[in-house]
Amino acid sequence: MKKIHLVLLIFIAASIGVLISFTNTASTYDTIGTAMQKPGKFVHLMAKLDKSAPLEYDAIKNPNYLRFTAIDSLGVTVPVVYHSAKPENLEMSERIVLKGKYVDGTFVCEEIQTKCPSKYKEEEAKGLKHPGNVPDPRTQP
Amino acid sequence: MFLIRVHNPNCTLTMKFIGENLLPGQLGHFFILLFLVGAALASVAYFLSQRAASETGKAQWKNLGRISFITQSLSVVAIFGLLFYIIQNHLFEYHYAWKHSSRSLEFKYLLACFWEGQEGSFLLWGLCQSILGLLLIRSAGKWEAPVMSVVSFAQFALATMVTGIYILGWKMGSNPFILLRDSGVLDNAPALHLNFDLSQPLRPDYLSSIKDGNDLNPLLQNYWMVIHPPVLFMGFASTLIPFAYAIAALWTKQYQDWTKLTLPWALFSTAVLGVGIMMGGMWAYESLSFGGYWAWDPVENASLVPWMTGVAGLHTLLIFKATGHSLRATFLFFILTYLFILYSTFLTRSGILGETSVHAFTDLGMNWQLLSYLLVFTIPALFWFFKSYNQIPTIKKEEETSSREFWMFIGSLVIFLSALVIIGQTSLPVFNKLFNTKLAPPADVEFSYNSVQIYVAIILAFLTSVSQYLKYRRTDTAYFWKKMLIPFAVSFLVSICFILLGEIAYDRKGPVFQGSIWVAVLLSFYTIIANTSYIFIGIKGKLQEAGGSIAHVGFGLVLLGILLSSSNKEIISNNINGIPAPLGEGENPRENLTLVKNLPIDMGSYTLTYEGDSAHPKKQLWYYKVRFKKKDGKEEFVLEPNAFVNYKGNQGLMANPSARHYWDHDVFTYITSIPDPANQRDTTQFKSYVQKTGDTIFYANGYMILDSTKIRKEVPKELFGDNGKLFEVPINIFSKTGSNYLITSRSAYVKGQWIALPDTLSSEGLIVLLQQADDMGKVQLGIKQSDSILKYVTLKAYKYPFIKLLWYGIWITAFGLLLSMYNRIKKNRVKSQSA
Repeated sequence: MKKIHLVLLIFIAASIGVLISFTNTASTYDTIGTAMQKPGKFVHLMAKLDKSAPLEYDAIKNPNYLRFTAIDSLGVTVPVVYHSAKPENLEMSERIVLKGKYVDGTFVCEEIQTKCPSKYKEEEAKGLKHPGNVPDPRTQP
Repeated sequence: MFLIRVHNPNCTLTMKFIGENLLPGQLGHFFILLFLVGAALASVAYFLSQRAASETGKAQWKNLGRISFITQSLSVVAIFGLLFYIIQNHLFEYHYAWKHSSRSLEFKYLLACFWEGQEGSFLLWGLCQSILGLLLIRSAGKWEAPVMSVVSFAQFALATMVTGIYILGWKMGSNPFILLRDSGVLDNAPALHLNFDLSQPLRPDYLSSIKDGNDLNPLLQNYWMVIHPPVLFMGFASTLIPFAYAIAALWTKQYQDWTKLTLPWALFSTAVLGVGIMMGGMWAYESLSFGGYWAWDPVENASLVPWMTGVAGLHTLLIFKATGHSLRATFLFFILTYLFILYSTFLTRSGILGETSVHAFTDLGMNWQLLSYLLVFTIPALFWFFKSYNQIPTIKKEEETSSREFWMFIGSLVIFLSALVIIGQTSLPVFNKLFNTKLAPPADVEFSYNSVQIYVAIILAFLTSVSQYLKYRRTDTAYFWKKMLIPFAVSFLVSICFILLGEIAYDRKGPVFQGSIWVAVLLSFYTIIANTSYIFIGIKGKLQEAGGSIAHVGFGLVLLGILLSSSNKEIISNNINGIPAPLGEGENPRENLTLVKNLPIDMGSYTLTYEGDSAHPKKQLWYYKVRFKKKDGKEEFVLEPNAFVNYKGNQGLMANPSARHYWDHDVFTYITSIPDPANQRDTTQFKSYVQKTGDTIFYANGYMILDSTKIRKEVPKELFGDNGKLFEVPINIFSKTGSNYLITSRSAYVKGQWIALPDTLSSEGLIVLLQQADDMGKVQLGIKQSDSILKYVTLKAYKYPFIKLLWYGIWITAFGLLLSMYNRIKKNRVKSQSA
């Protein structure tokens, strides 16, 4: 066997090892229920903001403390704490991805991704509701 | 006015629409078809030219191929011009202009609109490939027919992406010239239809209701959006050329000759693609508020991976040219480079990345087409490669371990496998789709890459320094050590100094990673020093030959810049004025800082004051003026981070940072939160207090003392009437935070009426109104305390050290590569003239 083939084999084995260990450290997409079953494990929670529950954030008192309730598609809720600034579009978001861990009854979130209804998506633009854009047709000849 | 048949199947009337300019679109449709047909014809003609038996047949087909290719190139230029005309003139009857631009957009961003959408970016790619194709017609010589056949086919594949025609019910591509009224956008807008009835056709004057377009996504309103995509797409396009040569070589079974012509292209491709990718990094660093130039985002990775395989191919190509080894690897690497470009196109445009990426185009429903695009190149190319594998010449004799080629090959292998690992990690969403799993990226995505790639960096840095001093075939050991020793000793000393000075303290990830960083820093210095000295020792200062060494010096600087800036990146906006929140172990520190207007607040070595904001004249873009004052008084400057607020239906903030650059570090800051404008309505009432001078009034955050009452009676009678008076009450305010303020409340008694001028202390949320006063010093004060007058911003600030090394490194690498390219082209010319 050539030396270079030996090197090749070692490196390929190392690469495969790296990829396998990567899938082991990978997180998972979870619902609130399944996340509660694995406390302390880093998960991606797919949920939305529960608007019936209070949202606690006061940038003057502490810009790094946000507390709210998340609800998932199965109707399960969980209190969420986030130690950073409130994402500006949180209230408007239709879906949120919460990355963090479920610890002692609260979901401690390290990152929040908000998915917003955006005008850049065509579905939203179809209405063209803005009054300035639509003149009253009765005034037209 | 134009006559047009309405596409509504219920209505076969001929309909007039007022104000539409349909000519550019009709021309556009024509040129897109010409683009498609021209590219297809060029591919076939070149193919037949290669296959033709007679010389005249070859020449005739080749001529047709040329004419077709030039035609399709001109069509792309025409399409480009027409689409730009539509955007520039705000012809919102076209969906593309309506969707991507607006009247308020500055001229420089009109180009950015062009390639914001999938269609425009495909066209940009096609334009780049056309330019390179035209250069190939001039330079490929006897390789023209097979190479251009591949290039034209690639153009054809791109053209299908923008045709937007239906074939057997399948929509092929997405046409940028589609009209707004045909795009389906207006179908649900009753006000634009006759009698408000959706089943009725559009009103003839519907266009008068479309006043403005959707605008360019505010995140993309940045000058980098104007230059990053063209360079990047030129980089994408350039990877096609080595691929086309490799395929042509497999096809014609001339396995060796192609390498000479490919080398300059491979150098060009590495330089341009590399710069294109890192321009994205500069953009991310400067503006996208990710807090960095590289986040191992799938889209970033997807373009880095082909660059890496291209670099591997470039090095094996050099090995082959010098020694005859590594030809098979060269074929494989160049073929895979282009295939990875297509794979990255698939990843970014199919929407499969979903949650995992901040980039990515919106899904145009062309996933099957994108997949076919990938497979139509991948399957035949790889099949052909493996079929011809045994015919590709190889040298039986093993490389010496003291030879340059041995270590260069190992370097290429490492970079190639590292690319495979990165694309493997990036393909997690694809893996989920294929195997129906629910895997998500790990908690610390960046570390999952960094912890592996740091060793790749170490190996590569070591090899780039050492292998320059090795000779092809075999190296005299004594010579090697003699030349090597001094650069190594110097780098060792420099890096020890750096480490001892504490410049690289990154122990968050444990001692192993910290140690690895130190080793990597040492070897980056080594790369820089060894390659610089090689320019003088190895090639005696002949600059023209020094392209490789210069590129390696640049690479060393890039590595060093990455290591120093990332490991010393520091969040300096640690919150100290707020109420500390209970933080668990391992949680992020309190990274956001709230600044109340006009209230100086400490941040690291600075004192920050939020001085106010100003608005963009045309957009909901706000500039927040924040004064930075060094505590030692040596320096003072103002940063103006800006943010789009609830812009065009995009709720929330889209912040752009502002930075202060120093030679050894950058300070940059961006807004993370502002008071909700919806809560700005003031509902609190004034509360009245009757007081005398010297009295104290308490409010929520402290107390205030009335200093004195000043009365001015000598006021002009014609304005104030009889008994007109002016009262002034200076008030000392002592807040709980320890700050003292002096405000002066004023009130005038004018013609029997009290006119009070409220005084506001926004940092305390106080409004004080002198409601009444008398000559005896008795006053009635109205006090209101409300959050709504409190103007504040929450921001985050970073310090990035030595970031400039990274940027300089990139430009130096690119310069070295282009210098090499120039040198190789010149050598090829000399050879072909002497031959």
